[in-house]
Amino acid sequence: MNCKEAIRLMSEEMDHDLAGGHRFALRLHKLICVGCRNYQKQLSFLRQACQQQVAPDDATPPPPPV
Amino acid sequence: MIANTGGDIEPTPLPGAMRRKLPPAAETIAAEMAGFRREMLRFAILQLRDQASAEDAVQEAMLAALQGADRFDERAKFKTWVFSILRNKIVDIIRRRVREPSYQDPEDEIDESDFDPLFSANGHWQRDARPADWGDPEKSFENQRFWAVFDTCLNRLPAATARVFMMREMLGLETDEICEELSMSSNHCWVVLHRARMGLRLCLDQKWFMAGAINPLVRE
Repeated sequence: MNCKEAIRLMSEEMDHDLAGGHRFALRLHKLICVGCRNYQKQLSFLRQACQQQVAPDDATPPPPPV
Repeated sequence: MIANTGGDIEPTPLPGAMRRKLPPAAETIAAEMAGFRREMLRFAILQLRDQASAEDAVQEAMLAALQGADRFDERAKFKTWVFSILRNKIVDIIRRRVREPSYQDPEDEIDESDFDPLFSANGHWQRDARPADWGDPEKSFENQRFWAVFDTCLNRLPAATARVFMMREMLGLETDEICEELSMSSNHCWVVLHRARMGLRLCLDQKWFMAGAINPLVRE
């Protein structure tokens, strides 16, 4: 598995369960690839950022001036 | 937080006629919502990319919240609740749009080849394109400038790509629902989501994390 395939699977994993073989190969790839480990963290961060938009609470800063 | 009813409320948060008929409790709720109306509008504009539909969605959500307010007593989560109503209104508007006979799919999507320069011929990251450690990125949530960059990056995504991404990540639809609404195959949906995420992370990387997030002069 190369990085290009790995990040495609990482994205898919956020939307549906991967087949066992893919899941395993992806885990293995992330063990050896720091770039893809960072990518994975960044994907989680993107999701978190989007969640902040949907369920803002009073701690959310006001939006930037339009 | 109860917004103060003084002069800092946005102009005409609700139609005047509506406001006159409301009992005092509703007045308080209306004032509270007026305090975050602009945030609602920003969210709706991001999703709908159209000021007029966004105004409609916000207006409808505020009216629905007023009508249902007696069922709501946990003040602390009031804003979250109003946003969940707004979310539903936005989903309704997207559904209506897609079903209109005159509707045409936006065709602009990110092209996979746009990302080719990031990879070497064998599909591994180019050295200077390898994703870096963003450190403790959640800290950026407290920074208003981050959200301005975030909006810029979302708005840079092509319309078709952005719509699928936001239906998934902000409106919280499952990919099956998105595919059905937009008549796409699951596979196409996943590909579009993947490209949206790639585009967004690259934009945030360039415009925020690697642009010196701490630097207050970070460029738009």
